[in-house]
Amino acid sequence: MTTLTAPRVRIPRQVRAGEAFEIRTLMEHPMETGLRQDAGRTVPRDILTRLLVRVNGDVALDAALHNGTAANPFHVFWLRIERSSDVEFTWFDEAGRQARHSARVTTA
Amino acid sequence: MRYSPSRRGVLAGAIALIATPALATQDPAVTAAIRAVIGDASAEEGGITLRLPAIAENGGQVPLTVLVDSPQTAERHVTAIHVFATRNPTPGVADFRLTPFMARAEVQTRIRLAEEQRVIVLARFSDGTLRQATADVRVTTGGCLT
Repeated sequence: MTTLTAPRVRIPRQVRAGEAFEIRTLMEHPMETGLRQDAGRTVPRDILTRLLVRVNGDVALDAALHNGTAANPFHVFWLRIERSSDVEFTWFDEAGRQARHSARVTTA
Repeated sequence: MRYSPSRRGVLAGAIALIATPALATQDPAVTAAIRAVIGDASAEEGGITLRLPAIAENGGQVPLTVLVDSPQTAERHVTAIHVFATRNPTPGVADFRLTPFMARAEVQTRIRLAEEQRVIVLARFSDGTLRQATADVRVTTGGCLT
């Protein structure tokens, strides 16, 4: 089973309160569908099933990823905060393992 | 008076339309996957910008952007975006749960497409209403079995 590597997250350190800012995330992972054949054998299924993004503990985005999500899951989205916040990203795989990234975003 | 077959066909079609709101697919597996998410609700066209390439060279990495027209306020925001690939071995691609922390009802990602097919996107608003958008993509190299 794939070892979960450190996520790559691009998030600004400082934003204007109430204004949209962009976040880009990339997680290296093969996202094996369990359908692929290699040398006559089926490669076992091994996928990240969830990306959870929280702002000060509250859910901001909760993504359920299925077979159709490409290898190395990549997501871009826009958040908005009213005060300085801790943004936490967690990826989950089917074996119950997690990879985390935390960022402090201050408001100007 | 006798019903002609064609008239019977028209009636059956009309009843089917009333009974099941139109989905952008006829495929039973895809219909089941969509019904599992939205139940018997119907989705209106429009209000969604769905960006996909017309021709995807590599079906294993197809860039997808979904942008839903939404103020993203506490009163009115998008609560979910669902992506379905109609001719993949399993139609479900991803389900995104959104909150008003999301400044825009927008998600970009990369998806797998096994072959030439239609992608269906559904968006649910906080008042329960649904929107849908579709895009047809030609795929040069399939992305699921390779």
